Amino acid sequence: MIQPNRLTPDQYAENFSDIHPPFETTDAALVEANRCLFCYDAPCMKSCPTGIDVPKFIKQIATENIKGSAHTIFVSNIMGAGCSKVCPVEKLCEGACVYNFMEEAPISIAKLQRYSTEKAMAANWQLFKRKESTGKKIAIVGAGPAGLSCAHVLSREGIDVTIFEKEAKGGGLMTYGIAAYKVTPEFCEDEVNYILGIGGIEIKYNQELGKDISLADLQKDFDAVYLGIGVGLARQLEIPGEELEGVEDAIKFIYDIRNKGFNLVAVGDHVAVIGMGMTAIDAATQAKRLGAKKVTMVYRRTENEKPCTQAELDIAKLDGCEIIWLAAPKEIIGENGKVKQLVCSKMKLGEEDASGRRSPVDTGEAFILDVDMVIKAAGQMPFEELVKSYQIDNKNGKIKIEKEATNIAGVFAGGDCVNGGKEVVDAVQAGKDGAAAMIRYLSRKGAK
Amino acid sequence: MADISSNFLGIKSPNPFWLASAPPTDKKINVLRAFEAGWGGVVWKTLGSQVKNVSSRYSAVSFGGKKMMGFNNIELISDRPLDLNLKEIAECVKLFPDRARRVPLMADNDKKSWHDLIKKVEDTGAHGLELNFGCPHGMTERGMGAAVGQDPEIARMVVEWVMETATIPVITKLTPNVHSVVPTGRAVVEAGTQALSLINTIQSITGINLDTLVPNPYVAGKSVFGGYCGPAVKPIALKMLTTIAQDATTSKVPVSGIGGVSTWKDAVEFMLLGASNVQVCTAAMNHGFRIVEDMCEGMNNWMDEKGFKTLNDFIGKSVEKITHWEDLDINYHHIANINQDKCIHCGLCYIACEDASHQSINLAYGKPYNTYTIKEEECVGCNLCQLVCPVNECITMEEHRVAPEYLNWIGFQKKGLPLNDH
Repeated sequence: MIQPNRLTPDQYAENFSDIHPPFETTDAALVEANRCLFCYDAPCMKSCPTGIDVPKFIKQIATENIKGSAHTIFVSNIMGAGCSKVCPVEKLCEGACVYNFMEEAPISIAKLQRYSTEKAMAANWQLFKRKESTGKKIAIVGAGPAGLSCAHVLSREGIDVTIFEKEAKGGGLMTYGIAAYKVTPEFCEDEVNYILGIGGIEIKYNQELGKDISLADLQKDFDAVYLGIGVGLARQLEIPGEELEGVEDAIKFIYDIRNKGFNLVAVGDHVAVIGMGMTAIDAATQAKRLGAKKVTMVYRRTENEKPCTQAELDIAKLDGCEIIWLAAPKEIIGENGKVKQLVCSKMKLGEEDASGRRSPVDTGEAFILDVDMVIKAAGQMPFEELVKSYQIDNKNGKIKIEKEATNIAGVFAGGDCVNGGKEVVDAVQAGKDGAAAMIRYLSRKGAK
Repeated sequence: MADISSNFLGIKSPNPFWLASAPPTDKKINVLRAFEAGWGGVVWKTLGSQVKNVSSRYSAVSFGGKKMMGFNNIELISDRPLDLNLKEIAECVKLFPDRARRVPLMADNDKKSWHDLIKKVEDTGAHGLELNFGCPHGMTERGMGAAVGQDPEIARMVVEWVMETATIPVITKLTPNVHSVVPTGRAVVEAGTQALSLINTIQSITGINLDTLVPNPYVAGKSVFGGYCGPAVKPIALKMLTTIAQDATTSKVPVSGIGGVSTWKDAVEFMLLGASNVQVCTAAMNHGFRIVEDMCEGMNNWMDEKGFKTLNDFIGKSVEKITHWEDLDINYHHIANINQDKCIHCGLCYIACEDASHQSINLAYGKPYNTYTIKEEECVGCNLCQLVCPVNECITMEEHRVAPEYLNWIGFQKKGLPLNDH
């Protein structure tokens, strides 16, 4: 049965407490900071999509220059605080740490990054000074990581920024699309406010492109426009029974957890989660943490091809989620309009596909899972219709850019709406690149 | 098992590890604990005229998260009543007759004061006297401690007074706060001291509190120069010890080595450069008396591996290996080699060589891992890359002699060979 209120307030609090707790003491941070070798042209730095000078910020913790440390992080990544909580560091900076070659634990880069950035946010150190206003105005659509990062760089340069956000809060997927045990909605709000602290950035909430605002108006009212609209629509399974009560998409499920309060989010007794990406993991673990008796993750390839990281998979396993590899959903069977069973095809690996991974092939055999809820996390779709309606060049809805510019003069884009959905840290870098391109564009335009 | 028992001027002890004159040797309670822990001997905290100490007294230098790399103090000689110290010394001698007990002295600057003090100490049954000519703070203002040791003629005079009356061995402790320890060393040996000990602490300021702007250690808004010791001073102590071992006069007497000894390795190094035994203080203040266990075991195992049966088999063995720069073999050359299987791509060798040495390491860019190789024709063999490398035996220095024969700088000039050939 699908029902809310499965646990006591204490149980919810425990299940959704911080999965990567911070350093408890300054001493603990110093011990770790002093382990850092201070590599030159450091592999960790080169593995960070935003290129944070990791050895430098860690050295600054060791010298007790925390303000300097926070500045080093934020100058490359204004969402450095959030990224320290949500980045899959095991495949980025920490995965590249040279200590791995010594069979030593890598430096806890994320934890150290959190140490400095949390101190900066708590004390509201405003480490950047906005240049005098140039009078230039830029509109940004979407207050997610790409939009906020773009806005901050532009504001630093004295450009007046207006962000149009369709939701009631900023932060984008950081606020609405990530497991609550990684970042809380409160933290996300603090982070947005901290970024806005520089001044010169206004966010207009509940303003959706194509509904409340139009691209033409933005082009008319602003010197340039940046689209950081992300992706949003869950990919459909396109199997019979998808319309049954109890079939939900992971984005919506996670959105509710972050928006409603844990006790108000209904979850089934036995939940099947389709997919093995980060979002699938976040949905499965949180379904379990909301009190589902059993959660089964179903993925059509093997562990070798999984899109999530090993660390993420470990969380799911430790939470007690069951995993069935080489299984593709075939049909959802209902009773009285409600989910009763999930029929899966047994798969095997065939030839390599375009992604270089061996693609799954149906063996013709099938099996049945007794479930009362199915959460779909088979990827997200770009806003294809919206993009096409503005005649923006795209590939299956993903906006095409060249040097961050779309085919429409003065309209730039970046982040998930371009790349189809990557990490927060990738979107932050896209925002920086977009800002740099727009600044060049404005100066060219001004020169004419 | 090697024999690590020590005989210093006839003062016998089961091992060459003595606790130096300092707070750990201030009272019977500490000294008995030290003997129970296994220390071979103790130099009691210096006795002399009555003093009064201040609060606070110590400060330290931390480096890279390691506490007490260097340590300093502004404490004076023992501030306990002389009679109490003498009574406790006598009791300790009785309880542990097999351990060495030396009593350091620092009397007022007149003959009678020294004679009276020596008489009282000898009555306790102590095995030797150590003349404290080294204390760099507090006592110097009264014309004692380093004020004596910094002037060879005053030091000579005081030793002569002491030798008139002393019946037990006399060791003179030297101050490092001089351009060379040799002149005072010669003067006191000529005056009859039977042994030397060095170094005492080095005048220092360990740091400043960046909130209050008051240097450490803090005493009511002020500070004074303190005596510096601990691991940081070991290289300076070793050099000074070597100059004593190289001098014809001072090398005739045994030396007790002091200055940052923390491990058996440090002790072996002091002894290889001529010390007959070592004295330890900061390491015990940092970790307690238990450190002596590994000092004994480590030295023993090393001696077994090297085939040394007694301490005398290796004392002084490295002295002859310190030479004059002019005598170094200019034809010796070695070149760094980076073992690519061990390299962790940290780039520390590269940036050190590129920015601060001889631009002899090549960087081949990789994402995320660069590859670093030695430009053999550029490498001067300075060791810097090997020193900064965090991986054991990743960078090795490989011998590539310029020519097979020995050639020193004098000979090099005579031959008119070209300069800067690299």
